[in-house]
Amino acid sequence: MDISITAPMDATTGEVAVNVRRLNFYYNHSHQALYDISMDIHRKKVTAFIGPSGCGKSTLLRCLNRMNDVILNTRIEGDILINGSDIYKEGVRLEALRKRVGMVFQRSNPFPMAIFDNIAFGPRMRGMKDKAFLAEIVERSLKQADLWKEVKDRLGKSALDLSGGQQQRLCIARTLANDPEIILMDEPASALDPISTAKIEETIQVLKEQYTIVIVTHNLQQAARCSDYTAFFYMGKLLEMDMTGKIFQKPSVKDTEDYITGKFG
Amino acid sequence: MPHYDKHFDKELQTLKEDVLRLGGIVEEQVSNAIASLMNHNIELANQTIARDHLVNKTEVEIDEMCIDLLARRQPMGADLRFVTTAIKIVDNLERMGDMAVNISERVLELAAEPQLKAYLDIPRMGEYCTSMLKNALDAFVTSNTALAQQVRLEDDQVDALTHQIFRELLSYMMEDPHTIARATRIMFIAKYIERIADHSTNIAEMVIYMVEGRIVRHTEPHMPPAK
Repeated sequence: MDISITAPMDATTGEVAVNVRRLNFYYNHSHQALYDISMDIHRKKVTAFIGPSGCGKSTLLRCLNRMNDVILNTRIEGDILINGSDIYKEGVRLEALRKRVGMVFQRSNPFPMAIFDNIAFGPRMRGMKDKAFLAEIVERSLKQADLWKEVKDRLGKSALDLSGGQQQRLCIARTLANDPEIILMDEPASALDPISTAKIEETIQVLKEQYTIVIVTHNLQQAARCSDYTAFFYMGKLLEMDMTGKIFQKPSVKDTEDYITGKFG
Repeated sequence: MPHYDKHFDKELQTLKEDVLRLGGIVEEQVSNAIASLMNHNIELANQTIARDHLVNKTEVEIDEMCIDLLARRQPMGADLRFVTTAIKIVDNLERMGDMAVNISERVLELAAEPQLKAYLDIPRMGEYCTSMLKNALDAFVTSNTALAQQVRLEDDQVDALTHQIFRELLSYMMEDPHTIARATRIMFIAKYIERIADHSTNIAEMVIYMVEGRIVRHTEPHMPPAK
């Protein structure tokens, strides 16, 4: 089977933000979690990774900003190029990489500090001290994450007092404050109620005008609603990647069709 | 391969059976309408008109079932194509039912006067039209795109016969204006049958979409399929 899959380029932009080339990934030295993955992730588009549990979609997501580096006994082969440069080559500074490639997790993880300080955390770590400038970044990031109106009068209050949905949007805002190019989202709405989920999805639609977004989700309807491209993974392999409308109406691979119609997984 | 959720399988099966049930009723309505013309059977014409409510009722029931499936199951892939196709098929079947009623109404009007001419091409059209409907429904049930394609091609024969009938009736009317009322009614009947064949063609085209995900409407059936 040809597993070097590239979704058709969108005629309007046609730009690739991330190239994954012949990627293999192993846990515990020998357990192979990803097999020869090749894919292009398009700039300023939303790409959804779908597939049954254990298919490798989250593993691949974590490879994109080297989150897997912190796990012991892992091994990676192949290349991941972001804007043409290999993120696994020697000398790549992880903080700089993760500034460019931000991540939002399944469980929101606000720092136990004020809302303002949560958002300002990244810029401060990078040495930014100008208060007016920090305030500007905090306001802009919260507005982008559609949280500003709800928290603007209590920026000094603890972020832990926010609701689950608000906390998740806070985490998105915190990522945005670092001015990333790419935002990775691992099941960002799986613990949220439908309204909070809709707000996150709406935020994703606004954000894709400026950022490249990759989202891992078990919720197929969510992938169908908010992504431009969908990649289907099964047992560590990328079986199909295409425009989202095509994947959910008439996928080319039978395994994809069986998965989206609830016949296997 | 069955779905993990067996109830979903059952619901899709019920939908398929109900579409076929409506198809069966409409097939009968169309055959009876044409038979009532050929056999001067006023009772059968009246019966066809009276039975249309069953077509309408079944159409609404199936439509509701499809909307319910879309709302509750949010089907994807083949299931999505199946349910959306079912919605369109029943819509076409209901319109065919209306055409059967229209034929029957003209039959009743024609029965009041002596027969204008022997009907030769109309029964031929009727045969094409009922076989196209039957094949379109069979193609739906068996996901047979070759059969669906055959239905699309047969539509040309029906169109040709319609033109032939029109030319023939035109000569009757030019020769003797007293025939205009009857000839016009026969022309209408030919047109209704032609419309029924068009609806079968629509169904066949939807079956191709359902199976292959390819929209072939508004393209010539003779053209090779776009890949």
